[in-house]
Amino acid sequence: MASQKFDIVVVGTGPGGYVSAIRAAQLGLSVATVEDDRPGGVCLNWGCIPTKALLRNAEVVQLFEKAETFGITVQGMQPDYASAVQRSRGVADRMAKGVEFLFRKNKITLFPGTGTLKSKNVVEVRGKDGATTTLEAGRAVILATGSEPKSLPGVAIDEKLVISSNGAVRNEAKPKSIIIIGAGAVGVEFADVYRSYGVEVTLLEALPRIVPVEDEEVSAQLTRSLSRRGITIKTGVKVSAVKPGGAGVVVDTDGGRFEAAQVLMAVGRGARTKGVGLEALGVAMERGFVKVSPTMETSVKGVYAIGDMAGAPLLAHKAMAEGVVAAEAIAGKNPRPIDYGNVPSCTYCRPQVASIGLTEAKAKEGGRELAIGKFPFTANGKAVALGETEGFVKVIADKKTGEILGVHIIGPEATEMIHEFAVGRTLEATVDEIMHTIHAHPTLSEAALEATLAALGHAIHI
Amino acid sequence: MAVTKVVMPKLSEQMESGKVIKWLKKEGDRVQSGDILAEVETDKADVEMEAFGAGVLRKILVSAGDTAPVGALIGVIADESEDINAVVGQAGGGAPAQAAAAPSAAKPAVAERPSAAPPQPKSEDHAARKPSPSRGPEAPTSPRVAEVVAQQPAASMAPAGPSADGGRVKASPLARKIAAQSGVDLKLIQGSGPGGRIVRRDVEASQSAPPAAAATAPALRPVAQPAATGPEFEDVPLTTMRAAIAKRMPLSKAPVPHFYVTTEVAMDRAWALREELNALDGQPKISVNDLIIRAAALTLVHHPGVNASFQGESIRVFHRVHMGIAVALDEGLITPVLRDTQAKSLVQIAVEARDLAERARQRKLRTQELSGATFSISNLGMYDVRDFSAIINPPEGAILAVGAVRKVPVVTEDGLGVGRRMALTISCDHRVMDGAMGARYLQDLKKLLEEPLRLLV
Repeated sequence: MASQKFDIVVVGTGPGGYVSAIRAAQLGLSVATVEDDRPGGVCLNWGCIPTKALLRNAEVVQLFEKAETFGITVQGMQPDYASAVQRSRGVADRMAKGVEFLFRKNKITLFPGTGTLKSKNVVEVRGKDGATTTLEAGRAVILATGSEPKSLPGVAIDEKLVISSNGAVRNEAKPKSIIIIGAGAVGVEFADVYRSYGVEVTLLEALPRIVPVEDEEVSAQLTRSLSRRGITIKTGVKVSAVKPGGAGVVVDTDGGRFEAAQVLMAVGRGARTKGVGLEALGVAMERGFVKVSPTMETSVKGVYAIGDMAGAPLLAHKAMAEGVVAAEAIAGKNPRPIDYGNVPSCTYCRPQVASIGLTEAKAKEGGRELAIGKFPFTANGKAVALGETEGFVKVIADKKTGEILGVHIIGPEATEMIHEFAVGRTLEATVDEIMHTIHAHPTLSEAALEATLAALGHAIHI
Repeated sequence: MAVTKVVMPKLSEQMESGKVIKWLKKEGDRVQSGDILAEVETDKADVEMEAFGAGVLRKILVSAGDTAPVGALIGVIADESEDINAVVGQAGGGAPAQAAAAPSAAKPAVAERPSAAPPQPKSEDHAARKPSPSRGPEAPTSPRVAEVVAQQPAASMAPAGPSADGGRVKASPLARKIAAQSGVDLKLIQGSGPGGRIVRRDVEASQSAPPAAAATAPALRPVAQPAATGPEFEDVPLTTMRAAIAKRMPLSKAPVPHFYVTTEVAMDRAWALREELNALDGQPKISVNDLIIRAAALTLVHHPGVNASFQGESIRVFHRVHMGIAVALDEGLITPVLRDTQAKSLVQIAVEARDLAERARQRKLRTQELSGATFSISNLGMYDVRDFSAIINPPEGAILAVGAVRKVPVVTEDGLGVGRRMALTISCDHRVMDGAMGARYLQDLKKLLEEPLRLLV
């Protein structure tokens, strides 16, 4: 039996794992990675990246549909869903190959197979052929096994009638109709994709509003936008049963019965920790996730956990940041701990949603006096020229200190615009610094400036 | 995981070195973050030094009784298994101005020996030391000063200390606003952000920080009684405070062109007012000095040119009065600062000034209370001094010297009477102001003290 020794063994090569591996290699450590799928994890293969490709297709379809408003007549348009999925797979393949390239460039060794901790510094890799390799970690093991879609109690995901995002992203056949259970980021993004390709979409959410972690005004605006596009939205409904029947699947709720050809389960994700060997080592858990220190170390010294398995928010960029912290901590650096209050949240449906910091409701709980400014894209020249005027920028500041407590953007390129405020908050800029920053004209970002001015009580263009 | 360097904290703007009074932990003791590691004597106060990291106190590099310059490595906290040779070996070059303090530690080979000799703290430290870059106003002053650093040497070390560029305080916009709103002086705060930048949490921490001073008053330095048969003289070593005074006063007197203006104030009405106030039940006792502090502060508001500081290329005129109040101690002199004096009532001044003076004598002042004065008052009236002139405490622009209130014969309309008179002498920095400016200030101050009811409104 082969045994090989590295400074660090990283189990899982999603955005958390591959980033930690590269950062550790940059710091001069020898690194082995273990992956039971393709490098890149859910993000590159089945999540963030392929869905962004699908959403781009959806956007192109929507643009063609309103070509008339630009004075362009389109006849015989035939959006082919299978081609959209194929294009998406191509994008994912390319990005996954990029990770393999980066591993080679940084002299990181990839071991295909399933990694299991045998002791705090020994990982056994079982390949698809059953052969095992033993990896010994001289410095530390980084666990980055990610998460997997959850389902409702008693409802099995068969990826045929009841699918998860994993199935949705690879199915080349679109259903005639679909019920999406859960209106978080995954739910509304697939609602957008399917609706753009003519699928009848019903969006069910147990909480009182869609995108429930976002600001209430954002939820309201998105509800209007999606409803206008013919998506049926039911909020505050609890699903009691999902079973075959009718047009395909029948969903019983306390708000009535719904039928569709398929159900997409988008109720959240849970840590993927089975078979990793956590129990035997006694790694402490907290609410289903691995408990970690500010430097991402678990309760077992020398064993680190990052990304989705280490808890909320389950976002690729948070995993990458944690990967850097873990690698630097292991290399004896003194990494700056992650500010979990300053992680941007992005949803890529149309209109896009992006936010950072506190919602208005949360900010009010703090008991401080708030200065809130909102600026609609209807009053932004660039947005009008683009013909993308849905949405607004909302800035929530502390009235006394001018601290930017939260920013919520719904509208065109919201996910790009949020970073102005992310940088601002990292630097502890206040509304004054945003105000004194000249924003180029005409840009969508002027709406960020104007919302800030509105919070100060003197927006110009409204 | 990490190695925590314990360095001599910079506890005041002027502090250049400190003496370890005693270690409360010994080598091999396990310490938690926040544990008191040692007591340090600075030129101003005795301060407890907190551990900034957890682990084992692996090494003490400066023994009790010895002195080390600010920023010098005085101890190392790390896990038992951690190799600290690299850190100890760096002691010669890591922190600013410590080369002289730990000469032997520069060679790892020496440092490896468990009983490596502690650095010799001798007066030549001062002479040998490079000019300290830490004179800038952003000098860190929090006693939680130990830097947590990586095993990998200097490359990753953020320069937590002040920058050599002198004037600029590195602080985030939000930190500046909160500091301005809560009256926190950013110069007194050590930044924990990148490159020592002061961020919001630093300002907030300084507002809620507990008093940093040692709980127990230190024993006074023993001075042997010269016996008749004993030697003709002895050389008493300088206390840290005496050394600081000896070092700083020539820095004032030589470069600062002093001039002096004296006036005499009729204190009869102020005296009567004070007696009346002190006869009231339930009121804190008001001293003559309290009346003078209040009068001096109110008058400064109308004479901002006197409440000013020479800055080389400009004159900084202060809009608020932070009054330094000289307090004599057996072994020297200390000047705690009463902030925003112009906004405080007589009663507030009386209570706060007494509290400052008492804690100064017990040497329990907080570090923030020891710097940032814009003007000072020195009162030797209790020693029955008629008048004297004081040396300006840079970077302040003036200091008021107060003599005793004396009963003297005075010429009245009817002939000769008895009056209470007090001499006030202001020492002014001629680079900041001229004689007439100082004279006008004294004139208004005199008027205010002679119409003391104004002090109550």
